[in-house]
This record gives sequence, structure tokens and C-alpha cells, in this order.
Amino acid sequence: MSLSTADVQKVARLARLAMNSTEIEAARTQLSGIFELIAEMQAVDTTGIEPMSHAQDLSQRLREDIVTETNQRELFQSIAPQVESGLYLVPQVIE
Amino acid sequence: MINASLKQLSALLAEKKISSVELTQLYLDRIATHNPVYNAYITVDAKTSLAQALAADELLAGGGAQALTGIPIAQKDIFCAKGWRTTCGSKMLSDFIAPYDAHVIEQFNKAGCINLGKTNMDEFAMGSSNETSYFGPVRNPWNQKAVPGGSSGGAASAVAARLCAAATGTDTGGSIRQPAALCGITGIKPTYGTVSRYGMIAFASSLDQAGPMARSAEDCALMLNVMTGFDERDSTSLQRDKEDYTAKLHLPLAGLRIGLPKEFFAEGLSADVGSRVQEAIAEYKKLGATLVEISLPNTKLAVPVYYVLAPAEASSNLSRFDGVRYGYRAPEYTDLADMYEKSRSQGFGEEVKRRIMIGTYVLSHGYYDAYYLQAQKIRRLIAQDFTDAFKQCDIIMGPTSPSTAFNLGEKGDDPVQMYLSDIYTIAVNLAGLPGMSIPCGFGDNAMPVGLQIIGNYFEEAHMLNVAHQYQLATDWHSRAPQI
Repeated sequence: MSLSTADVQKVARLARLAMNSTEIEAARTQLSGIFELIAEMQAVDTTGIEPMSHAQDLSQRLREDIVTETNQRELFQSIAPQVESGLYLVPQVIE
Repeated sequence: MINASLKQLSALLAEKKISSVELTQLYLDRIATHNPVYNAYITVDAKTSLAQALAADELLAGGGAQALTGIPIAQKDIFCAKGWRTTCGSKMLSDFIAPYDAHVIEQFNKAGCINLGKTNMDEFAMGSSNETSYFGPVRNPWNQKAVPGGSSGGAASAVAARLCAAATGTDTGGSIRQPAALCGITGIKPTYGTVSRYGMIAFASSLDQAGPMARSAEDCALMLNVMTGFDERDSTSLQRDKEDYTAKLHLPLAGLRIGLPKEFFAEGLSADVGSRVQEAIAEYKKLGATLVEISLPNTKLAVPVYYVLAPAEASSNLSRFDGVRYGYRAPEYTDLADMYEKSRSQGFGEEVKRRIMIGTYVLSHGYYDAYYLQAQKIRRLIAQDFTDAFKQCDIIMGPTSPSTAFNLGEKGDDPVQMYLSDIYTIAVNLAGLPGMSIPCGFGDNAMPVGLQIIGNYFEEAHMLNVAHQYQLATDWHSRAPQI
């Protein structure tokens, strides 16, 4: 399968990856090769087969709806790129 | 001392023939000497390690010691360890100091083990050669020009070069077994759900599983005793009784039925690797095993299925790296979207970006059924192949990797060639089965060959028994590279 430049640009945008035209072209070639490999599985007849998402057929464990975590805001914010007054700072979104 | 088994080290520590501080210092000195060449460790913190060793010595003196108390362990840099820089081999986390311990780290701390340092790895565990690490490639102790395998390449190199007593690894598509094979050591990936993934940086959550990498099956069994156990913080952690993985090591192998999948010995397997594996199987016959030819007809589909499922899960898991709460943020940006895009583009390496893009594509609108759902259906067919095979045999054997270690840079430009080097290991992760690799000789280029042992669900103790009996009869596992 061959991907178009527009396909790759769209995927890069969805994945929030900035790429220049050289990088887009390199990615297009490599991704096309990988999708050729992936194409091998698309011809398989899987009618009636249940998808398998997990090795063991487990049901989700539930617990009581009570607070179990302690507040560690200062510790967690000590490793953030930019914080102020206990808040994470990002560029202004709303004028 | 550096060739002693964990059991021997444990006895030496108990008898006060050596202290944990002395043992830890011995390894720290070796790391200082050899790590500049092998680059097996990303972070070493001698002060912290020696403080842990001092505490272990107090436990040993006070009678509060457990089996591995005082033993220095190398931790893959994918496990968060409180106060330690935890990078996952990425620029994205190059300054990240973990604020908490992974379950695996907690377990080793409780056992009184020493964290000797954080080992190098492919970025976010994506790679089969350790060449995608932001911190540079790792070298194979058997030949400095060769790769150690990946993604747990630093761990494998450190164990082979005697830069630790034993190490931890993680395995999503072969990342414990393939580097173990390429560096001539023993490694086991347990049944999915056996070791908690809490605090283990996520790659593909339905496949990721941690396990030990060491110099023998017996060492791996002792390590697994520490690493396993139910943890409510991992939603896929299995609630099972605590098991002693050393309990079956001594059992004889008479009557063992070994299944040999014909697809594992077909085109694509190097002749020298094939010969060594056949010789190992002949040794098993001498030990009383019988051989059964089996078929895993969907083997060829494992790689394509994996390269849909793993990138899909990775693209979701790695969306958390946005430069806001932790990790790398680009120095310059115009607005929020630009900050996200620049931080991610600059923080992630090429292979990680490639896989995020594959994952984003296969999950995007209109493609979900054709890719993700189709891959999940074939995943069931692959798992069913194993279920059918285990009706005819007790254990499955074959090569771990189609060739011995290749040279640095040899497969760099072609991702597909690199992906195909995991052809024999990936299906085991898709099925969620336990798999291990043990050394079984050397190839034409004098590089180690790995024998893969695949067991049924929860058969780790039996697999370790099968590996241990071979290691009693042969000495491949005790060969050490001249470094």
C-alpha cells in the first residue's frame, strides 16, 4: 500500500507531530513499506472470529468508591516544565 | 565473585564472607571501568546504591534477610524508581525524576536488593537493537561492533559483561528474549498479568510484561520470586497464589514432550542458528524428552498483526507526553497546539514517531475495522494455534532469533528488516504466553545463539525446570565474554 503525502500530513497533525516536507516524504516511504507488511494480514478471512483484546478473558475489577490516593500536588508539580500557584502553565488559549 | 550465581552470592552474604557494600562496590567499580565502552547503564548513583547496601548489611546482620537481600540488581530504565532519573531511553524523559516506585522496584526494595543503576534501552522499548536510545547504542560484550539486541539491550549487555548480578527487563514483542539470545544470557517473559505493570512506562499495554534477565534459569527463578505477585494498581494483574519458581527446578525431564513448530525452522532461519538449536534439542532427547512436530500455521501473520496492535496502543499511551505536566517542553512555541507539536517532535526519536504515526493511522476514522479489529481477530487465531499445539506437547522449542547479533548500523535504514528479527518471539506476546531464551552455543561468527522455550499459561516453574536441567548438563550459560 502506498500512502499519499496528504495522508501522512493528516496523520502527523492528528498525532500532534510537527514535520517539515523532507520528514513527511521520508515518513511516507517508510510507512508505505510497513503498510505493505501489514497488508499480509488483511487478506485473511476472519468471519465469525471474536476479536481478542487481552490474553486472559478477565472482567474489570471494581473497588469501593472511596479516596485512596493522598494529595501529592507539590511533589508532582516539582517535575513540571512550568507551574505557578499550584497550576500548570500553558500558552493562553482563550483571548 | 563476578561469576557466582545468586544462590552462591546469597550464601556468601549470609556467611559474612562478603558484605553487600563490598559486593555493590565491586560492581560499581566494574561499571566505572567498562560502561564507557558498553554504555549498558544510563544512570548510576553510587551513593544511593551504597546506602541501600549498608541497609541490606544491617538486615543481614540482624537476621531479617530474605533470599536476595544484599544483591545488586540492574533495573531497566523503564521502571520508575523514586528519586532516580527514569528516562525510558528518550529525550522526552531525559530529566524526569520519578516521584514514585514501580511495583517491581517496590518488590526489590522489600526484598533488600540494591538498585545498581538504570539500564539503557531502545526509546520507549521500541526497537530490537538498542540503537533507538537517545543515550546512544549499547555494545555487545561478545563483540563491540555488534548490537546487544533490544529493547532490553542494556540489561542483557550488563548481565553478560558481569556489570550486575542480575537485571530486570520488559518484553512486548521479544524485548527480554531477543537480547538475552544475542548476549548469551537467560531471560524469561512470564505469562501476561504475572508481574505488575504499575510504574512501568507503558508501550503496548495488552502485551507489555516484565521479567528477569540473568545468567541462569536458577537465577531467573529467584528473581521471579521477587518480581511476581498481585497488585491492585494494575488492572490486568492476576490474582493468584504466590508461587515458588524454584520448586520444580530439580525434577527430571523423562517423558517431556517437546513440540517443534515446523514454521520456526523454515526459510529465514540462519543455518548456524538452526544447527545449534537442533543440537540443543538432541541434548534434550538425551535427557529423556520426546519430540513432536507441531504446526503454528499463523506464525507468518504475527509480525503484521503486532505492527498494528502495538503501535495503536503506543499512539494512545504516548499521547500523555504533551510538555505540560512532566517531560520535555520545546523552548520556543507560538501557541498551545504549536507547543504540543514542537515538544513531541523534538522529544521523540524517529522510531517512536514512526510507530505513533502507524498507530494514529490504523485507529483513525474509517480504518479501525480494516486494521485494528482485523488484527485483534487474527490475534485470537494465533493464540488458538498455541492452544491446539499444547494438546500434543508439554513445551514448545525453537530459535529465539533468526540470526545471531548483527552489527551496529546494519539494519538501521530499513524498519521492516528490523521488525522481522522478532518473528519467533512476537506470537508469544500476542497469545500472552510465557517464553524464555537460554544460551545454546555459538554461531559462525562466534556470537551466542538462543534457544526459545515457550510454555502454556502459568507454566513458568516448569519452563525454568526444563531450562535448568539443560544448564546442569551443558555449560553454555556459564561462558563469559572476554572484556
